[in-house]
Amino acid sequence: MKYSREYRDPKLVHSLADEIRRITTRPWTIMEVCGGQTHAIVRFGLDQLLPKEIELVHGPGCPVCVTDVSLVDQAIELAERDGVVLCTFGDMSRVPGSEKDLLSAKAAGGNVKTVYSPMDALQLANENPDLEVVFFAVGFETTAPTTALTVERARAAGIDNYSLLVAHVLVPPVMEALLESPGNRVQGFLAAGHVCTVTGYRIYEPVASSHGVPVVVTGFEPADILKGVLETVRLLEDGRAEVQNAYSRAVKRDGNPHAWSMVERVFEVCDRSWRGIGTFPGSGLKLRGEYAAYDAGQRFTFHEQHDLKPSECISGLILQGAKKPPECPLFGTVCTPESPLGATMVSSEGACAAYYLHRGVEGTQSVERS
Amino acid sequence: MCLAIPGRILEVHGEGPLDLRGEVEFSGVRREVSLAYVPEAGKGDWVLVHAGFALQTVDEVEAQRTLEELKRLADAGGGLGAFDEGEPGA
Ligand code: SF4
Repeated sequence: MKYSREYRDPKLVHSLADEIRRITTRPWTIMEVCGGQTHAIVRFGLDQLLPKEIELVHGPGCPVCVTDVSLVDQAIELAERDGVVLCTFGDMSRVPGSEKDLLSAKAAGGNVKTVYSPMDALQLANENPDLEVVFFAVGFETTAPTTALTVERARAAGIDNYSLLVAHVLVPPVMEALLESPGNRVQGFLAAGHVCTVTGYRIYEPVASSHGVPVVVTGFEPADILKGVLETVRLLEDGRAEVQNAYSRAVKRDGNPHAWSMVERVFEVCDRSWRGIGTFPGSGLKLRGEYAAYDAGQRFTFHEQHDLKPSECISGLILQGAKKPPECPLFGTVCTPESPLGATMVSSEGACAAYYLHRGVEGTQSVERS
Repeated sequence: MCLAIPGRILEVHGEGPLDLRGEVEFSGVRREVSLAYVPEAGKGDWVLVHAGFALQTVDEVEAQRTLEELKRLADAGGGLGAFDEGEPGA
């Protein structure tokens, strides 16, 4: 496919790795924020092409993995209610709630529908005025414009049986929180390219200057990712805490103002709890007061929340880059994609699933070659 | 789940800015996507699509510039190995 195949050319990928090796003079720890990048790094063995001085640590950029258990429980509760259809992206359906997941709720008669786009959920609401249709709005800045538009369209068309269970999260506040955490090792970031497609990269300029870390906007193909690493290493070696764009075919400094202004019209910033990591101020989005009628959290009442059973799952540490999946005692033995204990083993972008699928039970198998 | 896939616009339709839609082709598969956020995009343009929405028009000039820069680097060095097809992190 155009704009992806040419960025997998092994010659380009290996020459980027060689160039990184050539300019590296000392150890650097770089975090890729986005789970899509984690998956590509592990799948293509990009980390194993790098000089040993460069460590890539995997970040919290998997919206499915960080969605709070209480929201998963609320989604399940809605799916089990008469007259309600809970629509979700497929990734979310196997994420464990406090007692079960959406898939098992569905098997027991709950009304769960997997959709490709929130527009499909809006259409379902339009065609079934007797049903309450709720879309589980999970995702970063990339996804927020898609759910925002459905709300705006529902309002314009007078569709009043549609609402969002909002779990949207924002990337820059959690990057700052990681940098400020006591055990932080991250010296530079690969910023998530598709988030920046919407927001632009100017949002990272304050993070870079106030914390003295370089941030490089990076794409998703192997050559894109290594180009991002190369630019980051260059900035680190030169001691420059700047923002650079290594994904210029998709990202502009101002992003997509049409998309972001719709997000700002419909949503406002709120505090949000990230599963396994903690609550960060200003790290989420909620519907503005004018759109309260479309907020499933206000439209429905929910039972008392259950406490999550204590578990040995260390996915919170994995999402912060503090541990790698093979360091979890349950990895590949008790916990597998077939019977996942944590969201990082469920989602295709979770680091545990990426290691299990591409590196095997030991988590160490080497580079995938065709 | 932030994956956005490049596709080419075959046709544009819809009434009003919020309803702007297009037929977009991804490696032979066609799908209707919302073009509400790329109102300037037209037939033949490449767009990045996420969850049924085009979020950005691919900048062909920048794409070319990046590839040339990468090729210059590759021509200066060597390179072995092979990578398979498919989507990263799909
Ligand atoms: S391997 Fe399973 S139990 Fe261990 S951190 Fe990953 S998701 Fe949690």
